[in-house]
Amino acid sequence: MTKEVSAEADSNDARPWIGSWLMGAVVPLAAVLAAFAVGAIFLAAFGANPLEGYAAMVSGGFGGGSEISATLVKAMPLMLVAVGISIAFRAGVINIGGEGQILAGAILSTAVALIIPGTPRVVLLPLLVVAGALGGAIWGAIPGGLKAYAGVNEILSTIMMNIIAAHFLSFLLQGWMIEDGPIKIQQTERLTENSDLPLLPGASRLHLGVLIAVLVAVVGYVILFRTTLGVRLRAVGHNPHASRYAGMPVERSIVQALALSGACAGIAGAMLVFGSESHRLVGEGGASAFTQSAGFNGIVTALFGGLHPLWSIPASFLFGGMLTGGIEMQRTVQVPSALIIALNGVVVVFVVGSFRLKRMLEVRVEQSAKAKGA
Amino acid sequence: MKNKNKFVVLLALLAALALLASACGSDNGDSDGDAGSGDTESSGDSFRIAIVSPSAKNDVAFSQSIFDAVTRVGENRSIEVDVSDGLFVVEDAAAAIRGYAEDGYDLVIAHGSQYGAPLQEIAPEFPEVAFAWGTALDTFGLDNVSSYSVRSDEGAYVLGALAAEISESKNIGIVGPIEVGDAKLYVDGFAAGAVAQDPSVDVNINYIESFADVQLAQEAATAFVNNGADVLTGTAQMVVGATGVASAEGVPWFGTQSNQTTLGPDIVVASQVYHWEIVLEDIIAGVENGDLGGESHILTLENEGLVLEFNEDYALDPSLQELADELVEGIVSGTITTGIE
Amino acid sequence: MWSEFFTVSSIVVTLAAGIRLATPFLLASLGEVMGQRSGVLNLGVEGVMLLGAFGAYYTTFRTGSVWLGVVAALAVGLVMGLVYALITLVMHAEQGISGIGIFLFGLGFSDLLFQRWVGTPLPISRLPEWHIPGLSQIPVIGEVLFQHTPLVYIAFLLVPLVAWVINYTTFGLNVRAVGETPDAADTLGVSVLRIRFATILIGNALAALAGAALVVPFGTFQQNLTSGRGFIAIALVYFGAWRPRGVLIGSLLFGLVIAVVNQWGSLGIVSGSLSSLTAMAPAVLTIVVLVMVSRRIGAPSALTKPFDRTA
Repeated sequence: MTKEVSAEADSNDARPWIGSWLMGAVVPLAAVLAAFAVGAIFLAAFGANPLEGYAAMVSGGFGGGSEISATLVKAMPLMLVAVGISIAFRAGVINIGGEGQILAGAILSTAVALIIPGTPRVVLLPLLVVAGALGGAIWGAIPGGLKAYAGVNEILSTIMMNIIAAHFLSFLLQGWMIEDGPIKIQQTERLTENSDLPLLPGASRLHLGVLIAVLVAVVGYVILFRTTLGVRLRAVGHNPHASRYAGMPVERSIVQALALSGACAGIAGAMLVFGSESHRLVGEGGASAFTQSAGFNGIVTALFGGLHPLWSIPASFLFGGMLTGGIEMQRTVQVPSALIIALNGVVVVFVVGSFRLKRMLEVRVEQSAKAKGA
Repeated sequence: MKNKNKFVVLLALLAALALLASACGSDNGDSDGDAGSGDTESSGDSFRIAIVSPSAKNDVAFSQSIFDAVTRVGENRSIEVDVSDGLFVVEDAAAAIRGYAEDGYDLVIAHGSQYGAPLQEIAPEFPEVAFAWGTALDTFGLDNVSSYSVRSDEGAYVLGALAAEISESKNIGIVGPIEVGDAKLYVDGFAAGAVAQDPSVDVNINYIESFADVQLAQEAATAFVNNGADVLTGTAQMVVGATGVASAEGVPWFGTQSNQTTLGPDIVVASQVYHWEIVLEDIIAGVENGDLGGESHILTLENEGLVLEFNEDYALDPSLQELADELVEGIVSGTITTGIE
Repeated sequence: MWSEFFTVSSIVVTLAAGIRLATPFLLASLGEVMGQRSGVLNLGVEGVMLLGAFGAYYTTFRTGSVWLGVVAALAVGLVMGLVYALITLVMHAEQGISGIGIFLFGLGFSDLLFQRWVGTPLPISRLPEWHIPGLSQIPVIGEVLFQHTPLVYIAFLLVPLVAWVINYTTFGLNVRAVGETPDAADTLGVSVLRIRFATILIGNALAALAGAALVVPFGTFQQNLTSGRGFIAIALVYFGAWRPRGVLIGSLLFGLVIAVVNQWGSLGIVSGSLSSLTAMAPAVLTIVVLVMVSRRIGAPSALTKPFDRTA
């Protein structure tokens, strides 16, 4: 899977024409509309007015300042995970461990905030980002090392690491990290104010985490396309055998790829804790209640962005808008939220399914352009 | 280069989309803190209630209990109810709570302990909306937040005592999700009541570390039965697995949160049912008089927020019924305490 | 407490529970093996399991017949197979991602239909255990192996069956060829698409059956009752090195560890927050065992690559 996608992605990056890019954006949008059409059938079947529903979704995701803020906040973890996934996939590693890596980053950074709450914010915040990255990196490096040195398939190990992380979170939130109180909820106490991610000026809930995510996207792009590390990772992804013959340290590259990928997800975890309204690590109701399934949705986002870190920015924005808008849709037309989840799935399937069509169209458009030019 | 072009195009499309959306967006567009300012039409004198909960409203457990209670409230007064259930992601629930507040609902019920932290931030922004938060004791010192909780250990205590009496093998099994919150309170109360009634009873508790894994709950119940338990109880949504085993093995079952007779018409002895409507009635009455909250409400056996509902089809020994009544009396009057904090 | 665990009866019930718990993993994993041997990755197993589980529950609920429920689950699996075949073979969708879409869809749609058509999880008819005459009387082994519900037997019988199909039939040969060198197979006249279509259908049908296996023994349903089993089943394919035998070992390992931990919980050996740590045990052990028994059998070479004759 990764070779296919990264090969396609790389060949895309080499193609020269804006027209084909226009096609490239239109086809997925058409796919979304087709998915929405299917969704409209569901909505109608459940007694809701599809037009009212979709209007609510669009306006709930993009309809105003606070909506866009909410969408950006929702997009933040998607963006971060997507950047990491782009790096991993391009290095030939399938990372399904985003969920666990998010948790690892969240846990480590929360631990830091709990242990040294007195640290001044200007020192603590960078420390928390580093802690998040470190936690995630470790959680990614372990499957990386297992693959590189023990031949353990990374799909298996990352899935298992997700399970382990979720239970570990539950463990911590029953014991060491749980807030004191008469009614025990699986959350930490309100963490020190020094750890609050500053709100961006003029915005009600837009916090620094969003900017950090964009920064990580840029850094990810630079690493992947402008450093020797990135060249090496991509080479290993394209052809591990040739790379090995060329003397490249394939094993080390695999570990590095997964560590970097995990680090991105780990930062997402930290941002989710310190940017949340509650300013706590809340694990009540399960791990995905905290991660918002960003570990999975981030994979989808990465693909929508063609495995390119910079493209994950608009991709996560759109996906985030759909998720945010979905809540508004549910509220407005009062369908069970399960329908929104199902709709998300349909959209993913349709958009992913449309990529070949997109490619065919791009090729055809380009060929006709060449014919005209010739 | 190419990436820039793609970038530009996509950003342009996004901008177009956003413009389009704001143009035909509904009035949710810019209502920061504009709560209750007549932004939305209220239909007549209906009291508008919104419920936000982490699991499905028909889970025969936590979320169902509040939904049923609101339905019962609706039998006595004219209400409009909108529900956003299944919101286990706290941030999403916060968005829903905020959305309902912005739409000017009369009462927004945040039915999840984990919702408290965001609620603390949201409620002050909407001083004219009443919020109810459960299960919790804290109101954050805010005038428009009521909290509600339940002494689930009280009813559990009584049921536990009954279990001890019904059990012939003197071995009771309890299936729980995770050892926190309401579940822990119920389990501890049940065990306390059983042991208080008969110290020789062996009460075994298995927290299966999941709220949804039905098969695991089945296996926990099966293991209990294999190890000699002849009375079972449990709490949380996955409990349907355990009740299935109880039905199959003919083992008596005690339920909590909602009336669980339907889960095992032959074997359910009694359920401790949460009648949140007691609390809701108080809160609603207060809201209509201009008091938007600030108090903490607790369901107890005494205020009949907790009611033990017996399964008519289960042939319970009359002496046990008397025992139950006695124990309830005792707890209500304070002569008996469950010992759980 | 520990002494209670190490009694014969305790060990026996734990082993029997392990086999019951292994069954859904085994069914789903065997299906995925079929698919992956032919070069198709399906990450949506969890979603198909949920839909199959609901199909089984609802049909039993309506008709009162458990076996009709099982058939319904198979039908649901076939329908989802058609869908996935369309997405994968025609649209050439990226297999990992489309799987996630299927997962989300299955999660939401099963929940949605359940809320709409059923509401409260009412109990339904259950599939009773079928004690194999004669064999089930054998002390110890009889109780562990031969006193299960029919789906358990089916799952375990499928192991040699699937192995035989893959290794000794023409179809199986084609499957393997298509999974390793689809171009060569195509040249030789094997219809890559048709083979993959078949394995996708089989895979999804088995995944749906796995979902039914969660519903049918005790006749209940709950939203998200699979709780991640689909993903674990996929992981077990790698553990088992794409061999039915290996997948059997993996499923048993997983099921048994869960059963042991569960028995410890019921006996009071672990309690409280420690339960969270023991709940990790199956996952940790799976990795540890795999590291220790590290094999270098590789994946089918054409795994996840869409077949394009024109390319």
